Amino acid sequence: MILGIDVGGTHTDAVVISDHQIQSKAKVLTDAGNIMGSLIEATEAVMRDIDPAALRRVVLSTTISTNAIVQGKTEAVGIIAAAGPGLPPALISPRAETRFVSGYINHRGLEAAPIDEGEIRRCAREFKEGGIAYAGVVGKFSTRNPSHELKIRDLITDGFRHISLGHRLSGHLNFPRRLATTYLNSAIWGLYENFVRAVTAFVERQGIKVPIYILKADGGTIEIGRSVDYPVQTILSGPAASIMGILSMTGGRDDAVALDIGGTTTDIALFADGVPLLEALGVTIEGHKTLIRGLRTRSIGVGGDSAVRLDGGRLEVGPRREGPAAALGGPCPTPTDAMIVLGLTDIGDRQKARHSLEPLAAALGCAVEEAARAVFGETVRRIAEAVRSFTEEINNRPVYTIHEMLEGKKIEPRIVYVVGGPAQGLAPALGKALECPYHIPENAEVANAVGAALARTTAEVTILADTERRFLTVGEMGLQMEIPGRFSKEDAIRIGRERLKETALAMGASEDELEMETVEEQEFNMVRDFYTAGKNIRVKVQIKPGLISPLGG
Amino acid sequence: MKKRKKTGLIFFPAFDWAISPTHPEREERLLYTQDQVFEEGLMDFDNIVEYKPGLATVEDINRVHVCVPDARRVITESHLISAGGAITAAKKVLEGEVDNAFALVRPPGHHAMRIVHGARGFCNINIEAIMIEYIRRHYGIKRIAIVDTDCHHGDGTQDIYWHDPNTLFISMHQDGRTLYPGSGFVDEFGGPNAVGMTVNIPLPPRTSDEGFLYALENVVLPILEEFKPELVINSAGQDNHYSDPITNMRFSAQGYAVLNDRLSPHIAVLEGGYSIEKALPYVNVGIILAMAGLDYSAVREPDYNPAALQQSEAITTHIHRTVDEIMRRWYHRREIAEAFRGKARYLKRRRHIYYDTDGISEEQEETVRVCDDCGGLILIDSRADTGRRIFAVIVPGMACERCRKEGEVFFEEIGKGKYHQVFFQDRDRDVYLVK
Ligand SMILES: [Zn+2]
Ligand SMILES: [Zn+2]
Repeated sequence: MILGIDVGGTHTDAVVISDHQIQSKAKVLTDAGNIMGSLIEATEAVMRDIDPAALRRVVLSTTISTNAIVQGKTEAVGIIAAAGPGLPPALISPRAETRFVSGYINHRGLEAAPIDEGEIRRCAREFKEGGIAYAGVVGKFSTRNPSHELKIRDLITDGFRHISLGHRLSGHLNFPRRLATTYLNSAIWGLYENFVRAVTAFVERQGIKVPIYILKADGGTIEIGRSVDYPVQTILSGPAASIMGILSMTGGRDDAVALDIGGTTTDIALFADGVPLLEALGVTIEGHKTLIRGLRTRSIGVGGDSAVRLDGGRLEVGPRREGPAAALGGPCPTPTDAMIVLGLTDIGDRQKARHSLEPLAAALGCAVEEAARAVFGETVRRIAEAVRSFTEEINNRPVYTIHEMLEGKKIEPRIVYVVGGPAQGLAPALGKALECPYHIPENAEVANAVGAALARTTAEVTILADTERRFLTVGEMGLQMEIPGRFSKEDAIRIGRERLKETALAMGASEDELEMETVEEQEFNMVRDFYTAGKNIRVKVQIKPGLISPLGG
Repeated sequence: MKKRKKTGLIFFPAFDWAISPTHPEREERLLYTQDQVFEEGLMDFDNIVEYKPGLATVEDINRVHVCVPDARRVITESHLISAGGAITAAKKVLEGEVDNAFALVRPPGHHAMRIVHGARGFCNINIEAIMIEYIRRHYGIKRIAIVDTDCHHGDGTQDIYWHDPNTLFISMHQDGRTLYPGSGFVDEFGGPNAVGMTVNIPLPPRTSDEGFLYALENVVLPILEEFKPELVINSAGQDNHYSDPITNMRFSAQGYAVLNDRLSPHIAVLEGGYSIEKALPYVNVGIILAMAGLDYSAVREPDYNPAALQQSEAITTHIHRTVDEIMRRWYHRREIAEAFRGKARYLKRRRHIYYDTDGISEEQEETVRVCDDCGGLILIDSRADTGRRIFAVIVPGMACERCRKEGEVFFEEIGKGKYHQVFFQDRDRDVYLVK
């Protein structure tokens, strides 16, 4: 038996799943000022008739980290950056107290200039004198060689509540994003740690003695104790929960589109052969471009409650929401009102819906039904167009080999999944516009909690092996080891898989859910002075987002 | 603060293509450049947009080259992608999506001449020329300048535009007496119908930033100012770098960035550059920042030491003299043209062309109609030691009626005789015939 909870912006959903079935579900309003309270309320409601002893695991998806960032409830952070030459500090634009210090690592992972210990101690002292309790250490190419970051951390270790290291947060190359990610991780560390303590205490009080997991932005889980050092990975878990929920309810293996149509926005996600797509580098939050692995979504300002108006004879749907649909007492016509008039949905006051569309019909010189059809058509068209451009963007992403250029996978959605309030009314027309069948999953109103409950642990490991210099680096683990001169790509993949397994188990994965795959494998002959000096091998292995078990039904 | 520009980047490192495993033109070439560009986070700037290259077509190639026996036989897919990348760069600029664009693609192309029997200087087809003729065909742009800053003389591009009065070709390179391909001297100054439209700036070995920028300020920019091109293209080879293993110059990443900044090309296309670890990562970051109007002053190589790279007095004096000589020729280009043409109706040049990459030798006789109204009809008799002999009738772009008519009659009347193939190319009408 699994308990899944999603603390969303508006509602907190909870489900208990057993034998691939939803045993119990609950929905309460989220109190943004007291997330813990909402969590407790939903848990108590869903567990009313459930024996806590029967639980096998608990998974939480919360807005706690997202809210901290969005609402600026962050701590001051002092960042020490060993950036070397390249972009000037002004272009890296960190939103933190950042000191650019001497010393850097080059693209091969070699020290190009040493760090200056005195300078670093001085920075740390100044941070502390300024009352800064959280620090971050970021080096250029630190994923290729973490030694500077580790050395700097050791030099400043006393006196800070937490120090985040850039290389631990992602194996990807991108120094400005590494800096932003490190900053955010430190900035929300205190708040998040408090939350984890509160959850742990509450669960103990409930007599629940099973592993507790937190959902990450990539739709994977991490054991709560382990998550304390990586709070930034838990941002934007809401959209991830929704996508994983849809996945669990459909069990598709094809290319697909998922649409979550809300009041104000529609969130679009794509599946390639049934696997949700990840952002290439990382998610963006409040203007911070990060290296946080996250599901790739696109949000557009069209939803059931979007304000409809005429702009120079053109029908505009959204992006503003003025209130609920006119049929429910809102101030202006909305797509929902159009659907009510067309008999596609049966909520609210039909007369009010008709009435709200009358001025529009008059301006267009047509009957109210026709105006409603126009509004409905425009809503469908906008969503379908966004889906197409999102798909096209992904299919046109740059590739770097002739093979991928000529044979690369193209996503061609075969089915569209629709969830959200206006799903019933819009889905058939959306399927038609996208030229594929549609499906509205059952229990979609608790999709997020189900998605959280059933998500498996995800992880990624990046390997760079350099047989000329005879060493190998595992980026995210900050690990460097010697390798023999005869070392192949297959060896690198083997080591990658071992390390990935180790990482995933430490994050709370169980042996039977370790579905590993190699997402990148490249091997280059390094030629110096016309002779092969060694091989440069790059490997990335991951456990992709997926489910521990699908929902039956 | 400088004005930011919207820059398109077409990055195609062809990680699965090499001429041969240990050849300088191999898979590894742009690996560290990719690492550096990614690590600096350049793709995250709002004004830097990455595009996937399109694929050039055989028609795009046949608009420029005469490939023997045909285009498919002298290229691989990689060439269609690198030429396609250059075309994508041009499209994005000409359709106004971006202010300028950089095609960071391989394999390169500036040693590929009009007639192609095989690969020379690592090049099979001339990707800039293919891009330029695509631009002319689809966007109707007439006056175009190419500034080739590769360390090797851009002899292929020079050959293709030798007779074209609407294309200014300027090449800055290491003196041909000391480096492949051994050409690019001051007196190579354009064909009889395009005198002064080819400008060569040979620079002595060990020329540093100072010398390159002097030539830029005193030759390239003043001539561009007078020519008034609608479009400036930079063949952005990076083998002038002080660490390049196959050349002898002392140019730096800063130097490249400054050069690009002052030249402000609409489109830059990567050519050579084989210091793949010590130069390319930094040079390319510098060029991208310069194109985007972003501060590049902090870009430098880990081992950069300007004092050690300084050029000698003798080099400075030598460069000043070369520059004076070029400008003297430039200002007297009309007199030079008259002397060159005399009363001739047709002028011939005979050349031996060596394809070092493929080990092919070609004997070529090229005849051009002396014409005041266009680049002139071109007739080429070419024989390679592959055993193939061909004849080509080339009606130039923006051809006058006389030249076109004569070309058409010539092609109609010529028998195959001793030739394996006879080609007819008419750029304006996009006609390419083989018999
Ligand atoms: Zn070159
Ligand atoms: Zn003519």
